Amino acid sequence: MPFIPHTEDDTREMLAAIGASSIDDLFDEIPQQLLIRSLDGVPPALSEMEISRLMRERAAQDGAPLCFIGAGAYEHHIPQAVWDIATRGEYYSAYTPYQAEASQGTLQTIYEYQTMITELTGLDVSNASLYDGASGLAEASLMAVRSNRKAKSGRILLAPGVNPNYEKVAVAIAGSQNITFERLPMNAVTGNAADQLDAGTSPVALVIQQPSFPGTLEDVDRLTDWAHENGALVIAVVNPLSLALLKAPGSWGTKGADIAVGEGQPLGIPLSSGGPYFGFMTCRQEHVRQMPGRIVGRTTDLEDNPGFTLTLQAREQHIRRSKATSNICTNQGLMVTAATIYMALLGFEGLRQVALRAQQNTALLISKLTELPGVRRLYEGPHFHEVSIRLDRPIAAVLDALARRDILGGYDLGDALLVCATETKTEVDIDLYVDTLRDILATRDLRRA
Amino acid sequence: MKTLIFEKSRNGRRAFAQAPSSVDDAAIPEALRRKDTPRLPEVSELQVVRHYTRLSRQNFSIDTQFYPLGSCTMKYNPRACNSLALLPGFAGRHPLGPVSHGQGFLACMYELQEMLKAVTGMQGVSLTPMAGAQGELAGVLMIQAYHKARGDLERNEIIVPDAAHGTNPATATMCGCVVRELPTGSDGDIDIAALKAAVGPKTAGIMLTNPSTLGVFDRGIVEVAKIVHDAGGLLYYDGANLNAICGKVRPGDMGFDVIHMNLHKTFSTPHGGGGPGSGAVGVGSRLLPFMPIPIVRATERDGATWYDWIAEDELPQSIGRLSGFMGNAGVLLRAYVYMRMVGRDGMRRLAEYATLNANYLQARLRDVGFQLAFPKRRASHEFIVTLKHEAREINLTAMDVAKALLDHNYHAPTTYFPLLVPECLLIEPTETESKETLDNFVAAMTAIVTEAKGGKSFKEAPYTMPVRRLDDVKAARQLDLAFRPPG
Repeated sequence: MPFIPHTEDDTREMLAAIGASSIDDLFDEIPQQLLIRSLDGVPPALSEMEISRLMRERAAQDGAPLCFIGAGAYEHHIPQAVWDIATRGEYYSAYTPYQAEASQGTLQTIYEYQTMITELTGLDVSNASLYDGASGLAEASLMAVRSNRKAKSGRILLAPGVNPNYEKVAVAIAGSQNITFERLPMNAVTGNAADQLDAGTSPVALVIQQPSFPGTLEDVDRLTDWAHENGALVIAVVNPLSLALLKAPGSWGTKGADIAVGEGQPLGIPLSSGGPYFGFMTCRQEHVRQMPGRIVGRTTDLEDNPGFTLTLQAREQHIRRSKATSNICTNQGLMVTAATIYMALLGFEGLRQVALRAQQNTALLISKLTELPGVRRLYEGPHFHEVSIRLDRPIAAVLDALARRDILGGYDLGDALLVCATETKTEVDIDLYVDTLRDILATRDLRRA
Repeated sequence: MKTLIFEKSRNGRRAFAQAPSSVDDAAIPEALRRKDTPRLPEVSELQVVRHYTRLSRQNFSIDTQFYPLGSCTMKYNPRACNSLALLPGFAGRHPLGPVSHGQGFLACMYELQEMLKAVTGMQGVSLTPMAGAQGELAGVLMIQAYHKARGDLERNEIIVPDAAHGTNPATATMCGCVVRELPTGSDGDIDIAALKAAVGPKTAGIMLTNPSTLGVFDRGIVEVAKIVHDAGGLLYYDGANLNAICGKVRPGDMGFDVIHMNLHKTFSTPHGGGGPGSGAVGVGSRLLPFMPIPIVRATERDGATWYDWIAEDELPQSIGRLSGFMGNAGVLLRAYVYMRMVGRDGMRRLAEYATLNANYLQARLRDVGFQLAFPKRRASHEFIVTLKHEAREINLTAMDVAKALLDHNYHAPTTYFPLLVPECLLIEPTETESKETLDNFVAAMTAIVTEAKGGKSFKEAPYTMPVRRLDDVKAARQLDLAFRPPG
């Protein structure tokens, strides 16, 4: 029996101790008409050898295409040490650190993570993480409503560059609590927020994504000050790697952003078809009691030595039940462990090198792509490691043709193509993409390209 | 011993292998540029490896200790599940990659959906919720969407038994519902008379765990379902205790309309120090149009099976998206591998041996003098010991026993939950533990009580952990949530 250690003797002795004659007896309180006899929908068991072969075949079937897609999840080199250590059984198979004395490893790791992510975002405090970046925005919106008590409108404003999927997730999660999300108008030339903005009646918060979803860099100082002048809090949605080059949310405008959230995946987490990732959340000290999720604090023990424990638990569902700040009870502990090891290995200088190389690779890719006929940038202006380009051919058909040659050419925005070249791309990779696209664009019938 | 990674930092030290060699300065306008230098550690690769290896060894975990934490199903996490989920083809796949480059991955996801439908007796499964609590949110949102689609707009009450997990009422509140708490009868089953009084035209639904958090199977479940359905409400199944009935009884057959499954419990994906979890949801036919997206579909194409996504355009009444992409895909792969290795007959054995272990441990602890919360009931996969007598007579509380067990190298059971049993320990051994482990645990529990009767106090336990008992009050009053170097 896989993973069950009982011998026939064990089972017999245990039933005798219970005073039952068979295992079936143990289920005698269940109404008998509910008991099922077989599970046809589940196939018979495979041995470890058999399932290993099946999974290797399926993983190989998906291939190893050359990937220029970003759009919220990014291919980065992950040092071997990261997952070697994170998957040690002591991290991998531990539970939530409710018994602090027996969980100091996880607790100190989270405390170190909280330190690193507050340093990176330039804000005071961090929680132990949320599910992912998109749901992080939903939680930040709910938190802003709790924090900004003067604004009773429930209106959350979104800068034009906020990831459309983040908005969908925020609407699904937070929409039933009288919160509405409204997009600010866009300047069609820059892709950023329009020059003239109207805040309307008492907005709760403004969400600014930097870099924006289509890859532009927003004037975060102007928008932050504008939001604060209108009584709104500022929620920053940021790529943590970009913070090696770009101004930290805590330094935006005169007073800085109030809350920062984002997708932690670029910090050592594999792409893995979309998860598990982790959402980070940091904020200014004054909002800490409105934060959702677990938080680790440093304290002392009976002998006055330092130690770590979960704190401010009176906000949480297992204590407050229907009055909790959120129903959330998990953090993405294992992902945060990996991200902490990743950030420790790279240090700030290492992160900066990765970010610089990604920016330069993208710049090289764009300069070569825009030399092709009919290819031009959607928006001018500076970028981090992602840029939107226009083609004069149907984008979906071009992407299909590229995929047939094992190149994933970017994310289809409908009217443009969002491309990304991180530090993992070489000049040879970039030339292969450009040369292949040149061939495809020269083909009259894209279905045959 | 408690040195932080930051305190090992030296200016200019680096783990040089981990980043590309130097490149030029960034092309970022002055006003958008970062000027300060965040204080990330500057350490060597060996220092990092040693530091986090040392920290890991300060954890209790399933791989190193018996972990009978009630309601958490801390069973063995097979190693193959991890290594196969991290195969390069899976780990490197971009979530927005075309389905042409995802057929292997999608085949696993589709088959996982089908297996979960079979195990739960539901008609549809969506894998996207990222934890049990998010599965609960999805479930209540679907119940609301169902009533709304029928024009039944007054139903905003969710009934929750007083023994429920805290996430149940917190979820109902997040969805904008009013929570009505339901008392439990003295035998551990739902108080049917109270239920009849609670339902009505405002009832949106009821959230139940069965077996309940009291460690007993609710014998009146068929009647409960009828009462709620007759009142126009729907039944939500909190799948936290699915391990107790897996392959024996199906929530769909009990009358539930929607269920979330904690794949990190029943299907043995790792708890990871508090996540990632995975909270796939299953629904009956009434809620099919409202499932969260995306969902994997299989069709025939050129004589072979072809997998793709069902998204907004094909499920317009969906409650929408709950994650940036499709949820915790890597966790789902681990659950898939686990279910294939356990297989059709093995599913039933999970429940059978988890229940055998719980009833055996319950009988042994009763025989050495511990009081059971529900002595006349069968245990499910877990059971409750109450220490109210010990607390009164020998000053030994549930907290004391929990901390004393750490010194015996056992993780503590769940303490002070459910809230309605005083001084309780909720004990869940799981099917992967051997009889010897359970016997040794009984010996440790006996020793603790014997020592307490002899006058020993455990108020300052544990003694053998990396730290002594921690000052939680100070932690909350003098918040220290991030390291800032002195000066």
